[in-house]
Amino acid sequence: MNDSSRPLTQTPVLEMRGLTVASMKTPSVTVATGLNWTVHAGEFWVVGALQHSGKSDFLMTAGGIMSPADGEFKFLGEAMPIFEETRMAHRLKMGFVFDGGQLLGSLTIAENIALPLRYHSKMTVVEIESRVTELLTATDLTPWANNTPVNVARSWQQRAGLARALALSPEVLLLDSPLTGLDVRHTVWWLGFLGELSKGHRIVGTKALTLVATADDLRPWRGHANRVACLSGGKFLSLGDWSTVENSQESALQELLQH
Amino acid sequence: MQESETTMLIAQQLRSGLSRLYADLLGRRVFKFLLALHGVGAFALITFGVMLGKFSVARCVVRPLVAREISRAGVKLLPMFLFASLAMGFLIIGQAAPWVSRVGGENTFLGDIMAIVVVRELGPLLTAFLVLARVGTANVVELGTARAMGEVESLEALGIDPVHYFVMPRVIGMAVGIFSLTVYLILGTVGSGYLWAFVQHVPLQPSDYFNQLAGALSYLDFILLALKTCAFGCIIAIVTCYHGLAQPLQLDQISNATVRAVGQSVIACVLIDALFIIAYLTV
Repeated sequence: MNDSSRPLTQTPVLEMRGLTVASMKTPSVTVATGLNWTVHAGEFWVVGALQHSGKSDFLMTAGGIMSPADGEFKFLGEAMPIFEETRMAHRLKMGFVFDGGQLLGSLTIAENIALPLRYHSKMTVVEIESRVTELLTATDLTPWANNTPVNVARSWQQRAGLARALALSPEVLLLDSPLTGLDVRHTVWWLGFLGELSKGHRIVGTKALTLVATADDLRPWRGHANRVACLSGGKFLSLGDWSTVENSQESALQELLQH
Repeated sequence: MQESETTMLIAQQLRSGLSRLYADLLGRRVFKFLLALHGVGAFALITFGVMLGKFSVARCVVRPLVAREISRAGVKLLPMFLFASLAMGFLIIGQAAPWVSRVGGENTFLGDIMAIVVVRELGPLLTAFLVLARVGTANVVELGTARAMGEVESLEALGIDPVHYFVMPRVIGMAVGIFSLTVYLILGTVGSGYLWAFVQHVPLQPSDYFNQLAGALSYLDFILLALKTCAFGCIIAIVTCYHGLAQPLQLDQISNATVRAVGQSVIACVLIDALFIIAYLTV
């Protein structure tokens, strides 16, 4: 979506002002400071950062899993993070896909996908089963439905993480390094599926999802994501479209493009 | 002479140094204990807050988890407790009968001894320690692994409170499990105690034995037994869950966390037991 076509009154999906991101493992360590970023509905962002530069911490803060160390952060107009039960419906408009899926080891793939539905929705058992089948089919996970995560390859666990995040039909999807460690077949599938989601996929009711993915290699994302940002040396650069990226002299960005 | 004065001076300095060392060590220990108490106390308050606030939330998810915990901390331990009750009956009667017979009280006091030793003290405490060893340690390992594998963050991202999902079922399961197993252990021990008395030719009729037991017990014993066992279950679940969940763990830190959890659970159970003894003596 171009800036000119966006209604002026539209509330940004994510809005960060002067945000400081702390490290998850060591909260006293700062990962990024003075972060200003606005994400609008329907945009597909890729945030490039080299390994160990804090992109998971950044995304977990954006996903409301961690509190920011400082600054203001809003999700669809409401202050984040949201932990209160009364605002949980708002919080659930955001889905989060972890690097490697981070599935619950005691549940099968199908049970992992069903968990948010069983916990939050008032759907019947039959309706939940039908929704899980739909998600398993869309992500080609049907053969592994009754396996526990430990018996499934990492790339399929990652897909199960995606299916679980889509279960409640969120409006925004954050993905932590979704292409890391995938072979060509899986990479092509992910880029194609995310492209469909950003345009509107039947699995989420054909509405266009707002996507934010992190990556340590920006090259596969060219032609798929329509907005680019970069996290380097504790600074966040919101660059915009790919033409800006091409003209940028930022050394970290060049590294991410010529990996 | 000068040499001995030097030796004395060195010894004095060593002593003062050692005393400083001991003081530092003691101070650190006390400080660590207070920090642990603070952490476990805060975690317990959070857990009880979640239990009160979210007791009826997502029942279709939590109920099977509670059932699984009751099975794990109760039903599956029944064979071990059957063995423990046989052994306890044998030990108590085997030790007590010869001593009581010296004062001619073998047909007067055996029931009272069983009531005092098994119902009030050994039954609940032994059950708590056995459940701690079998299930409490597994709690720390399971939750520590879940924490290390990022499952806690995963639940938070799904809008699920990890305390509600991981801790609440374990607290309920362990409280119910320890209470039930204590009852089984007491019944088994009382039964096997009479069996061993019979084998040892103690001249005691079953009716006399059970009358002695009934006479030695009051309603207070049953109330305190229920409260004490539930308290043991809650505290073991909270301490073990705290050590597994409360701080980010690496996989190699889980064994140390388990050792700490067992030590603190034992201390906590003994302190709670002491409180119940005081309550029993004052009421």
